[in-house]
Amino acid sequence: MSDILEILISANFWAASLRIATPLIFGVIGALVCERAGVLNLGIEGIFTAGAMAGWMAVWLGAGLWGGVLVAALAGAFFGLIHAILTVPLGLSQHVSGVGVTLFATSLSYFIYRTALPDVSSPPRIDEFEPLNIPVLSDLPFIGPALFQQTSLTFLALLLVVVTAYVLYRTPLGLAIQAVGDNPSAVESQGLSVYGLRIGVVVVGSAIMALGGAFLTMSAFDAFFFGMVNGRGWICIALTVFASWRPGKALLGALLFGAFDAFQVRLQTEVGTFIPGQVFLMMPYLLSIAALIIVARKADYPRALLVPYFRGQR
Amino acid sequence: MALPPGDAPLVLKLDGITKRFGALTANGDVTLELRRGEILALLGENGAGKTTLMNILFGHYVADEGKVLVAREGQGLSDLEPGSPHAALEAGIGMVHQHFTLAENLSALDNILLGTEPLSALKSARAPARAKLTDLMERSGLTVNLDTRVSQLSVGEKQRIEILKALYRDARVLVLDEPTAVLTPQESETLFATLKKLSAEGLGIIFISHKLAEVIASSHRVAVLRGGRKVADLPTEGCDQRQLAELMVGHEITETVREPGQAGEHLFVMSGISAGQGREALHDIYLDLKFGEILGIAGVSGNGQAMLARVISGLETPAKGTMTLENVNLDHASARTMIDIGLARIPEDRHHDGIVGAMSVSENLAIETIRKPENQRYGLLRFAAMRERARRLIKAYDIRCQSEDSPARLLSGGNIQKIVLARTLETEPKVVLAAQPSRGLDVGATSDVHKRLLAARARGAGVILISEDLDELMRLSDRIAVIHRGHLSGAEPTETLDRGTLGLRMAGHSGKDAA
Amino acid sequence: MIRFEPRGPVAVSRMVAVPIIAAVAALILAAIPMLFAGLSIFEAYGLMAKGAFGSMFAFTEMLTRATPLILTGLAAAVAFRAKLWNIGAEGQLYAGALAAVAVGTGFLSGPSYILIPAVVLAGALAGGLVMLGPTLLKTKLGVDEVVTTLLLNFIILLFVQMMLEGPMKDPMGMGWPQSEPILDEAALPKLMARMRIHWGLIVALVASLGVYFLLKRTVWGFEIRAVGENAAAARHAGIPVTATFIRVGLLSGALAGLAGVGEVAGLKGYLTADLSPGFGYSGIVVAMLAGLSPIGVVFAALFIASIFVGADSMSRATGVSNYLADLIVAMALLCVLVSGLFLRFKIRFVGAASTKEAAE
Repeated sequence: MSDILEILISANFWAASLRIATPLIFGVIGALVCERAGVLNLGIEGIFTAGAMAGWMAVWLGAGLWGGVLVAALAGAFFGLIHAILTVPLGLSQHVSGVGVTLFATSLSYFIYRTALPDVSSPPRIDEFEPLNIPVLSDLPFIGPALFQQTSLTFLALLLVVVTAYVLYRTPLGLAIQAVGDNPSAVESQGLSVYGLRIGVVVVGSAIMALGGAFLTMSAFDAFFFGMVNGRGWICIALTVFASWRPGKALLGALLFGAFDAFQVRLQTEVGTFIPGQVFLMMPYLLSIAALIIVARKADYPRALLVPYFRGQR
Repeated sequence: MALPPGDAPLVLKLDGITKRFGALTANGDVTLELRRGEILALLGENGAGKTTLMNILFGHYVADEGKVLVAREGQGLSDLEPGSPHAALEAGIGMVHQHFTLAENLSALDNILLGTEPLSALKSARAPARAKLTDLMERSGLTVNLDTRVSQLSVGEKQRIEILKALYRDARVLVLDEPTAVLTPQESETLFATLKKLSAEGLGIIFISHKLAEVIASSHRVAVLRGGRKVADLPTEGCDQRQLAELMVGHEITETVREPGQAGEHLFVMSGISAGQGREALHDIYLDLKFGEILGIAGVSGNGQAMLARVISGLETPAKGTMTLENVNLDHASARTMIDIGLARIPEDRHHDGIVGAMSVSENLAIETIRKPENQRYGLLRFAAMRERARRLIKAYDIRCQSEDSPARLLSGGNIQKIVLARTLETEPKVVLAAQPSRGLDVGATSDVHKRLLAARARGAGVILISEDLDELMRLSDRIAVIHRGHLSGAEPTETLDRGTLGLRMAGHSGKDAA
Repeated sequence: MIRFEPRGPVAVSRMVAVPIIAAVAALILAAIPMLFAGLSIFEAYGLMAKGAFGSMFAFTEMLTRATPLILTGLAAAVAFRAKLWNIGAEGQLYAGALAAVAVGTGFLSGPSYILIPAVVLAGALAGGLVMLGPTLLKTKLGVDEVVTTLLLNFIILLFVQMMLEGPMKDPMGMGWPQSEPILDEAALPKLMARMRIHWGLIVALVASLGVYFLLKRTVWGFEIRAVGENAAAARHAGIPVTATFIRVGLLSGALAGLAGVGEVAGLKGYLTADLSPGFGYSGIVVAMLAGLSPIGVVFAALFIASIFVGADSMSRATGVSNYLADLIVAMALLCVLVSGLFLRFKIRFVGAASTKEAAE
């Protein structure tokens, strides 16, 4: 019992929670804006992979770290555009198209990586983002190491939550996004383009998702591995439902998730000899399913989610 | 109603509009003019092409031939860019669709603001918008609570938001598609009073209708569409109902007449039924249907009719109360039980709940009885028997389709309704639940539906007719009950009721107030 | 602007043409990554064709690879027909394989005619039960099955690893995490001497005919189609929608479980955690290429299998990554989605709107 307490009061634990949460924050925010506009983006798992590979590859080829982030975002936008075209003007099944985009983005990333680096035994490394040492703040006892010794990408993720919330709730654009996910004909009857809005949002949302992937190769690790995304995309989709499509709750959900994951890793070192490691590895997935079940009854889905819109039909 | 000055400038002209959908000509060379301050009624039955015409005006469709001309602020007529709702709005055209185009999870204010500010703006200017709207609401008398979620509002309030949307954008032309379809007679009167006030201030108004009385009472001019063509365009003054009806239908109308009937014993009884939550919930419903009668349920849409139909259809288990059919308890009956026990249901949304569009006509005719021995043996389908029966029903109910194997989605609304009628009435059910059975159908198909329901009644069946159309209810029902906010009034003989009384009850006034 | 005009009844020729066009389009698109990898296009396609069809061995290898794809393809097809989005065939495959190994490595003993059916049934049951969970969560609580089935894939794979490193580890396996070998009496017999092709293929073909018959000829099939095309109308017409979903879920999971049985009891002989190179996910592509037709699934699986086997062979000859196969398969899925539009609609690139509301 005292061990558990010890874990919870260590700054190290909270720092790890935030670190684990960062890619999820990008992913949930990306998924959230897409779904707010009425488009489920199951391409997320592949877009994570593409972002991870593209960002890493750009840096490995000599781009700066922020250049890598930009390349990752562009890769995400590219796959987002494919999904958007298939599901918005063409009105195809968002489920199947999303799975297709995931398969495509994943296999393309793997193929490019393998083709560029045919015979490497251990993945080449890059100089990743260093933790920012913010004067004064980083030196605060407990809070400093827990909150202010993260890399720039973590702060970008936190900033993105604030920006997303502001845009969604305070600007005409956010109003239009909410409306197009609720009733597209309301948007069209007010002279806005349903297709334009949805395609735009899916492209931008996918770019944000890709940053989650980029974090993996440019901040969490310093190399690209096959299978490194490992279901994080799907977890984000579950967290989006859990967050009721609200940016603030999305942040909270991702942080809770990160804390739980950090906690179980530490717990594992305590009790690891009695319980097989896989049980701990299963936890994130089980937790995601549990989160879905908890909110299932009251989940307030955007009303036009999954419903294709064809002009002139009301 | 007096005409506005004849020299008022034109604000809108539709010039030789033609629109075809495949083989169907929805609009053929239609020309319409609208003057400043004028109220024009666009009259025609379902399928006459009224909505198509207005959708072309508003840019939802592009005309194959012809063009739309609009007078912009302080200018003469000029071409309107086709196919762009945005351009139509910019040119000062506002449209209130029959099915409201509101985002239900947003507030009234947000719905009105939507699309009025540039998307690149960094902040919504809600305060000035609120001020302008408060002023507008005061002047027009169209009041709504701007901060309420639209899903919490009544149908009448939603319509007011739709009109405010147009006024907020300083519309000079307002188009309303069947605006009274969902209103009580009193609400309709208020609406038309508002429209007159707005027209007096210079707004040009077109309203689409197939109700003759309101056209005569509330328009300056009436244009009649039939089969996609304009067959008349005349000042309303001096028109009478009969003349307009014949113009609209193209021949003399023979209305379905209900012969006096002899209601029998108690057939289907609901007592103390409560179900659902929120606006659509039912509270303590008592309903008593007898053999050989049509019991009408009047009410403004969204007052619990859908839930009532779901309960009777076996799709929703009531939280409280009991239901019996000939004294057999139906408390936990499923849809299947209801069908088996002889309760036929004609759903309100026939496309969504009535047919499986991708399946064939024959399969759709068999779907309710698919587990009956006539359609299967040992779990295997009997295709030959299904087709045979389908061919018989297609003939008996005059279902127009290529063959019994055509996908049902290719049929017209009227023929889809015939599929539903054929498969439900064919089994000679004891009770028929008909929810909005003639909505969206043309005169021919409507009269067919009415005849079928009267025939079921003549056979001794009890019919529950849920409708928003008071004329239909008064013509067909032996007794009428009114549903309001989930409460059902006691049914009274139709002869003792009039539209005014029903209208007040639909608005929630009790019977005593009305008298 | 694009306009979709719904078509009338669809001719069979068109239904066949669409996936073929998509497959050809995917192969043409594949030229881009091939060029990127520095391959000579015609040589590469030649090597692929030779790898899949060039010899009796190549051909039987292709059929062996098609076997699990037919089954996972059927699993996806039957579920998608009911609009039950089972993306969890991968996990169900592993569940089936695990059950087959649990039953077939000594838990039961006896002659083949008892052991083989026992192993097959155990695998089907395990796959079905795995899919039952998401199906019940969907029907009873409204939890989206896409996410739950996807997440279950990871959970089951971890569970398999746990079993292979723990209770089911082969003591004779030199420390590798693998199961004990399946008893000879429990193994599916080979179809040809010296080839790897096995009776799993026959099981898969029979399953495809069975699913075809079920969907086309039976009341249950009628109900599945009705629920998939319009669940609201099906419910209104008295069709037991929840029961139909549960039947479909069990069947879909069982078919994927059978794929796992074939791989362990017919091909490998024991279970490892890398048994499937994504057969579950490829099954989705197979089903979509087949237009969700159970007979079409067989042909689509043959196509996908020849891509995989051909690309493997080409990869060995040229040194180009065999992720190319996954790439072609993914592109085939995207291509078939787009070309499917031509099946359902006449597409015109003209003015706005569609014809749905032609008459008002």
